[in-house]
Amino acid sequence: MLKLTDINASYGKVQVLRDLSLEAKAGEILCLLGRNGAGKTTVMKTIMGLVPMTSGSLQLEAHEISGLPAYRVPKLGIGYIPQGRRLFSEMTVGENLQIGLMTRGKGADVREHVLGMFPLLRERLDQRAETLSGGEQQMLATARALCLEPKVLLLDEPTEGLQPSMISLIRDVVVRLKEQGVAIILVEQRVDAVLEVADKITFVENGRSAMTVTPAELKADSSLLQRFVGV
Amino acid sequence: MRKSLTLHLGLIALLFALQFIAPAYHHGNLARIMVMASFAMGYNIMFGYTGLLSLGHAMFFAVGMYGMGLSATQLGLSIGPAFGVGILSALICSLIVGLLALRTIGVAFMIVTLMFSQTIFLTILYFGGITRGDEGFVIKQSTRQIFGLDLSDATTRYFAALLLFSLVLLGILWLVKSPTGRVLIAIRENEERAKMLGYDVWRHKLAAVVMSGTVSGAAGAAYGVLFGYVGASFSQVPYSIFPLLWVLLGGAGTVIGPFVGTLFMFYLIDLSSTVTDAYMLVVGVILVLLTMFARNGLMGIVRERWAKWLP
Repeated sequence: MLKLTDINASYGKVQVLRDLSLEAKAGEILCLLGRNGAGKTTVMKTIMGLVPMTSGSLQLEAHEISGLPAYRVPKLGIGYIPQGRRLFSEMTVGENLQIGLMTRGKGADVREHVLGMFPLLRERLDQRAETLSGGEQQMLATARALCLEPKVLLLDEPTEGLQPSMISLIRDVVVRLKEQGVAIILVEQRVDAVLEVADKITFVENGRSAMTVTPAELKADSSLLQRFVGV
Repeated sequence: MRKSLTLHLGLIALLFALQFIAPAYHHGNLARIMVMASFAMGYNIMFGYTGLLSLGHAMFFAVGMYGMGLSATQLGLSIGPAFGVGILSALICSLIVGLLALRTIGVAFMIVTLMFSQTIFLTILYFGGITRGDEGFVIKQSTRQIFGLDLSDATTRYFAALLLFSLVLLGILWLVKSPTGRVLIAIRENEERAKMLGYDVWRHKLAAVVMSGTVSGAAGAAYGVLFGYVGASFSQVPYSIFPLLWVLLGGAGTVIGPFVGTLFMFYLIDLSSTVTDAYMLVVGVILVLLTMFARNGLMGIVRERWAKWLP
């Protein structure tokens, strides 16, 4: 579905990704683990065209999409939920969803489908996003990305700062999307959460994809966490 | 939508009624306020809804005004087509300014718009043979006729100003509720996020500059037509600051705010000057207090406290 091959990317003169390769297939959850500053968020921003690639290949369903302007990437069906949610705080819940729907010209049926996943948002449609709780904001950020009906979904620390019930809800939604065939790339600090949902885990170290393992392999070798994450 | 449409149509109806019930003294004031409020509403598209702070909006007002005035006096066009030339001039000007100025952001954008505006002012002075420089020129009463109506007549002028005001008000209300308007607000709130959701931020900003400049130019052209004077002073810095002030006072990012700000400012000066010679001091103190205690402007407060649906 989404394949990155030998990606190099830099912020100005500072190289942040070095020959990084990974692949997320349809109906698969790929988790990125690594120390702070290893380049996990940069991988997502590079996929979204927000950090320029200097070399390498970025393919969506075997079509090269590297070099596209950032605003064209979501139209191809790649949704991104950044760390910190970044809602349009002065807009209502309904307006935030509308902005998501308009990107790919989706209509009321998609809106209803998304609201079916997050019934609480239906009760808050006229409420301004800034007045929502942290968990509700994460729901809205996720719902807005789902309004694109993405083929690929990038989630950057979606459970950060959330209470257990919200974490559980977000996890259930992620699993449901996987079952619907969405390819998911997830950056997560909580290893237990990663082990619960991941199909594959790629360790990112100094901007490189250092190793890819299955959850079973990770459970079997705890030294990997010490080596790549420092826990 | 029904509430906001009722409110805005109600304002138009109130202004219509004021022509019949308000003393004659206010007719000229209100006509001027409606034209200037249209200018401020144009400014609000860029500043209030898209988050682009221009310090050079006087150029659009002046380009619209001179486009109309010169085509009427130099080319001999009748006032209708001349008004059209004024609007077209502002559209072209705003397109050029947008294409160049949007290469910058933040403070640089403010400075670039200010410089463009100064360029227009100096151009008007440089071509003094045609524009009559600082002095400006008058558009004769005989020219200010359309469909048998004399636009220099106080009543006709009032209704012409109301027509312009109504079109701009309802046009912007429609824009704000439209998908394009929602994207402009999204850009104002979080430009990168709008980009990540698949919106071409630069093109939307350019559209905002062109719409804003064209509406401001239409206000400039209307001012020339209705008040019969075209002058270089309208292209100077104060006329770039006024719309900013009116919008801030009334409430940036509210459709009705620029009108409220213009009305408030106009009558604040008018009334305080009847009480004291030091009226600017009174105005200054009130503006400082408003800035301190009503940061979102008068309609911003209304929206926060009583009418969250206010567009």
